[in-house]
Amino acid sequence: MKSSASPPDHPGSTSGPGTTPTKPGAVTGWLKRLFRLPWAGAIAAIIVLLAIDLMADSSYLAVSYNSSTGHLVGNLIDIMRAAAPVLMIATGMTLVIATAGIDLSVGSVMAAAGAVSMEFLSNNQNAASASAALSALALALALGTVLGLANGLLVTAVGLQPFISTLVMMLAARGLAKVITGGQNARATSEPFRFIANGYVLGLPVVFLIALVIAASVALVCRRTALGMMIEAVGLNPRAARLAGLRSRGLILTTYVVSGLLAAIAGVFATASVMVVDVSNTGYLMEMDAILAVVIGGTSLAGGKFSLGGAAAGALLIATLDKTVLFLGVPASATPAFKAAVIIALCLLQSQRARSWLASIKASRRSRADQTEAVAA
Amino acid sequence: MTEPGPNRPIVEMKGITVEFPGVRALDDVRLELRAGEVHALMGENGAGKSTLIKALTGVYRIDAGQILLDGEPIRLSGTRDAEAHGISTVYQEINLCTNISIGENVMLGQEVRGRFGINWRKTHAAARAALELLSLTGIDTRAPLGSLSLAVQQLVAIARAVVRHSRVLILDEPTSSLDAREVANLFEVVRQLRDSGVAILFVSHFLDQVFELSDRVTVLRNGSYVGQYAITELDQMSLIAKMIGREFEAYQEIASSSVLDSQDDAAPPALATTRLTRRGAIAPTSLSFRRGEVIGLAGLLGSGRTELARLLFGADRAESGSVMVAGRKVSLSSPAAALAHKIALSSENRRDEGVIGDFTVRENIILARQARRGWARPLSRREQDELVSKYTRAFDIRPADPDRLVRFMSGGNQQKILLGRWLATEPQVLILDEPTRGIDIGAKADIQNVVRDLAASGVTVIFISSELEEVVRLADRIVVLKDHRVIAELTNGPDVSVDAIVGIIAREGQTP
Repeated sequence: MKSSASPPDHPGSTSGPGTTPTKPGAVTGWLKRLFRLPWAGAIAAIIVLLAIDLMADSSYLAVSYNSSTGHLVGNLIDIMRAAAPVLMIATGMTLVIATAGIDLSVGSVMAAAGAVSMEFLSNNQNAASASAALSALALALALGTVLGLANGLLVTAVGLQPFISTLVMMLAARGLAKVITGGQNARATSEPFRFIANGYVLGLPVVFLIALVIAASVALVCRRTALGMMIEAVGLNPRAARLAGLRSRGLILTTYVVSGLLAAIAGVFATASVMVVDVSNTGYLMEMDAILAVVIGGTSLAGGKFSLGGAAAGALLIATLDKTVLFLGVPASATPAFKAAVIIALCLLQSQRARSWLASIKASRRSRADQTEAVAA
Repeated sequence: MTEPGPNRPIVEMKGITVEFPGVRALDDVRLELRAGEVHALMGENGAGKSTLIKALTGVYRIDAGQILLDGEPIRLSGTRDAEAHGISTVYQEINLCTNISIGENVMLGQEVRGRFGINWRKTHAAARAALELLSLTGIDTRAPLGSLSLAVQQLVAIARAVVRHSRVLILDEPTSSLDAREVANLFEVVRQLRDSGVAILFVSHFLDQVFELSDRVTVLRNGSYVGQYAITELDQMSLIAKMIGREFEAYQEIASSSVLDSQDDAAPPALATTRLTRRGAIAPTSLSFRRGEVIGLAGLLGSGRTELARLLFGADRAESGSVMVAGRKVSLSSPAAALAHKIALSSENRRDEGVIGDFTVRENIILARQARRGWARPLSRREQDELVSKYTRAFDIRPADPDRLVRFMSGGNQQKILLGRWLATEPQVLILDEPTRGIDIGAKADIQNVVRDLAASGVTVIFISSELEEVVRLADRIVVLKDHRVIAELTNGPDVSVDAIVGIIAREGQTP
């Protein structure tokens, strides 16, 4: 540890940009490649957290089948359900961040979308009908799209900085939510609408399945078309991208619209589970969770190369973390600090500098071990 | 400060080896810099010049060999370390902050401190003094750096080195964006520094300048040391031969005769402008370009040649006037629109408007082609591979690894990749703005050959270069610009020479 201040003299260690594995054993090579994935850290952290839970309660991971309802029940199922809204906004956030932007308004858009659907259902005589539920859903999605479009226009057409534009929208959308419900928390009863968040299909929570399908579709569209590459080009070098004939404005606008739409879906998830929109607390600070999920997933805030799989892993980690904090009985006042500690540890593990520092420690240890071996022999 | 005697080496690099994963960038290279000399470092692109400089400034760690400073071995772990040892660098793409003041740029990290933190008055005074040493008087050091021309910014970068009492000054392609007068000015300063005992390492692709300024030369080829020579031992031919390791017929083979397509004049021109105007950029300009023609735009830096090119590509919008493509009036509202009309522009600013460094060779080459197809119709892997291997082979891009990140490749290779990107869009009009700036002779010859071949296949090529020889050698027709307007159009022939063009520019109005 002490010798870490001076750089190692090993010719093989971290000399150039990017190092290649030296000893490709079959299994270790595979493991190493896994470890190099941008979101390997998130997966590892999830496993560690679940292991801690398991130590506290050996039946923590048990998933049982409730034969009367046909549902799977257990903590893992709860985590899936909780991850769904984060997964949605993290997916949209990834695309926005890839264009070197940011969307701070997603939490408030969630509240606004939830508010419009709850208000619609509470004033509807046929609230229990499927058509009313679908209308409420459509209203929420339309509102999210419009708010996303407004964000995108502020950024592309007006030319405001993404941080400012979406900060304004963060205030405006929550204000809008309060206007829609008249400042009250709106509640409604609609079984079909409630099904979106609380229903089960094939024993699994439908909300998680919907989120998974949407996230996977977005990823497929990005990677099976040229959209992903184009978004990355705009994020990496906007001027070069423009000269290469990319319509950067359209691309950037699209990412904000997608982010608004996905935030509306997350808002529906969050309100449908309790059938109440709490205009002050629904989606509160969710933009932070989304940004963290994106960063944990290995997408740089500077824009460019992005990983939707990483964002999904990050969203799952955040849901696991929330659940673990609750389960371990960490006092409510200490919860944010606990969460921060885990996330900082993870970011450190992923930083290039911290990694090469660790590698240099390992290398100098190994050389010392070699020396002692040589002396012994 | 230890006062070294004249001609004693300040820096000696011996047996320097630098390896990147899979590549040995430098192999047993040596370099000796003496006090009071200008030492040129020569080699083709990818020969290892930049790597050697980065080894000397501590950016890259060396895998073998040693660096001696005044005979003492030193170990450098970064540019800050190198600056502490008196080694300063002025990079080709100036690494200063354009949004802070001139004085702050000069004094960054060397601010004069008083009892209450930085004493800005004294700091700016010191900056002024340093600038005056370089005969830059009357500069407001509190103005933002961005308000200065590129040439003066370069001198400000040198002033930074003066403030640090640097004993070794590395100038990496300092003249690539300067005009003749600015170059003369710079050389004056460099000689002055040399005479005060600074060792100067000079990297340039301009052979004339190397011969004008340098005392000694070290030549590298493919990451290996070729030799060190006194400049008086060499002439241009022998230096080039050492750099490329073969006789340079390739360079001379390029036909100087123009092979003008004799097509009937009834066919509409490939591209024509009528009173195309943009304030501050170009005065009303009417030009027409035929199929298969190479048109050179000649003029000094800032004469309007780049501005005209950008209007023709829709990178900037014209305020008035019209453009016809193949006889049809078109609106060039954006680069995307221009590309749709089969017009392509390779920008002079390779780093900011050209390659995307964090993209692979493959992604860089297919980008514009894909943009024209739209996002919903991706090029299949096979189509991508075909395009990439076609241009990798045609332009001899090295290493021929389509999945290598472009930022790890040399300038000449980056330029070839860009050329590949534009050719992949199958343009009818190709505008090349300084395609050969800052690249080596081999790559230059390759690019000039490509221009000829393209013209022969019917593409209109608009060629912009600060090197008038190149324009005269390649162009069928030369459009001369000065002060943002066209002052002459010449059909190339035996009577058209560099001197003739310089004469036209000089005679027009007041001479610079």
